[in-house]
Amino acid sequence: MQCILCKTNEAKVHLTKIIGDKMQKIDLCEECAKQKGVNDPAGFSLADLLFGLGAAQELSAGQPEGEDVKCPNCGFSQADFKKAGRLGCSICYATFSAGLESLLKSMHKGTRHIGKVPFSLKQSRDLANRVVLLQKKLDKAVTDENFEQAARLRDEIREARLKLGAVAAP
Amino acid sequence: MDISQFLVSPAEATLRTGPHDRIVMSSRVRLARNLRKTPFPGWAKKADRVKALESILPAVQSLPQLAGAFSSSMDSLSTLEKQILVERHLISREHAAKAGGSGLVVNREESLCVMINEEDHLRMQALRPGLQLKQAWHAIDQIDSELEKKLDYAFDETLGYLTACPTNLGTGIRVSAMLHLPGMVLAEHVNQIIQAVNKLGLAVRGLYGEGTEALGNVFQVSNQMTLGESETEIVERLNKVLAQIIEHEENDRQKLLETKPKMVFNQIGRAYGILANAHSITSKETMNLLSFLRLGVDLGHFTNMDRSLVDELFIITQPAHLQKQFSEKLAAEERDLLRADMLRERLKHVGRPHPRPATLDKPGD
Repeated sequence: MQCILCKTNEAKVHLTKIIGDKMQKIDLCEECAKQKGVNDPAGFSLADLLFGLGAAQELSAGQPEGEDVKCPNCGFSQADFKKAGRLGCSICYATFSAGLESLLKSMHKGTRHIGKVPFSLKQSRDLANRVVLLQKKLDKAVTDENFEQAARLRDEIREARLKLGAVAAP
Repeated sequence: MDISQFLVSPAEATLRTGPHDRIVMSSRVRLARNLRKTPFPGWAKKADRVKALESILPAVQSLPQLAGAFSSSMDSLSTLEKQILVERHLISREHAAKAGGSGLVVNREESLCVMINEEDHLRMQALRPGLQLKQAWHAIDQIDSELEKKLDYAFDETLGYLTACPTNLGTGIRVSAMLHLPGMVLAEHVNQIIQAVNKLGLAVRGLYGEGTEALGNVFQVSNQMTLGESETEIVERLNKVLAQIIEHEENDRQKLLETKPKMVFNQIGRAYGILANAHSITSKETMNLLSFLRLGVDLGHFTNMDRSLVDELFIITQPAHLQKQFSEKLAAEERDLLRADMLRERLKHVGRPHPRPATLDKPGD
């Protein structure tokens, strides 16, 4: 078996990682393993290794060939990611979103955040949901020619929209 | 103010107890947060880092939970002070290497610690003795909820909290426990457990990330994935795994006492012999031997020594803590002599271990 990195030496270090029902295998020769820090136990984790391998290439997926895309906010590029293994700023996530998706899939349980949401955002999200719900009710009230209820719902929607505006722009 | 004078003394700190602290030395929950649009610390220019620090530091200092806390820019801490913070597990080695533009806020009890401009703009952590992951999560959740009112966090509806490294994306949470597992190490069981735990998507690291053959038989278990799973789910999953590791460790200790009692007694007896009588000893050897002394305490081999003394020695025999007690700069060999002097002195009145054969009422039966 060949080393997947240098593709010349025989692979002697074999790593397997299983996340959920996904299995990933990595076969490296001793030299490449050493270079990638597999033998350096300080902080070694398979995720770091997997993350390092081809991650930078993945980041450019979905972007025009041969073009080094830079983040409009901080000037960070794919080449910088290759070097640092970290992104430049929060906007980089939007800049490199196409390539990040598959990278995230390989390192996390899912690709959508589940869990804590900042309170102000949660509030506006709840309000937005409420507006949608009220609008549906209003449509139904109009169809049913229940104009008294429709008027009340219209007022409620207006109120919720006002609050939403206040929350969204603090 | 000097950081080691500010923090509670190791003697006091090690008196704190928590559930399962016979095996779980401490629990920790860390959250990573960043400011919107501001470049992450690793990519930011010095001026940007200073600006971020200047906006974050007052926000953190204003929290009621951190009233009276120690706060400092990293460039006004000496190398020795930083090393002491590392030995107390309050800051990462990475953060210790930082200077201007990075900062630290830590309370006296060492239960809350905020690193500013480490890998992320904010790395806040709550620490608790023993197994108290839920409590630690609630404490840090509260701090975070207070801070989000004052700071403009980078948050995305789909990706959650945005972090410098994609491995922390989403919840930005790292839930971890520090475990003392001498039974599993002696039973040569520990690699098996590490592999099993790895398969569950959890990481196992050594005491100071110094490798899988952990110093002092101390291991850290933590979650690796942060996206696609809620904070409480992660805490619960870790709790379940830790409960199993605790059970395995207790079983291994019991089984060793039944099948290889002499091997266990020998380890404890030799550890005591060397620690109480050596005239030169390295920090590494000290930690590995203290581990067996701690096991001896757990197994009731010592009549007049508490676990807290062993835990205190664990801290104060480390290089920076030792150096702290002497004004002149010590070479490693000098430290080895002074470390041995200190150990002999502190163990002077501890009687030799009295092995107790396996009993049937221990956990695991």
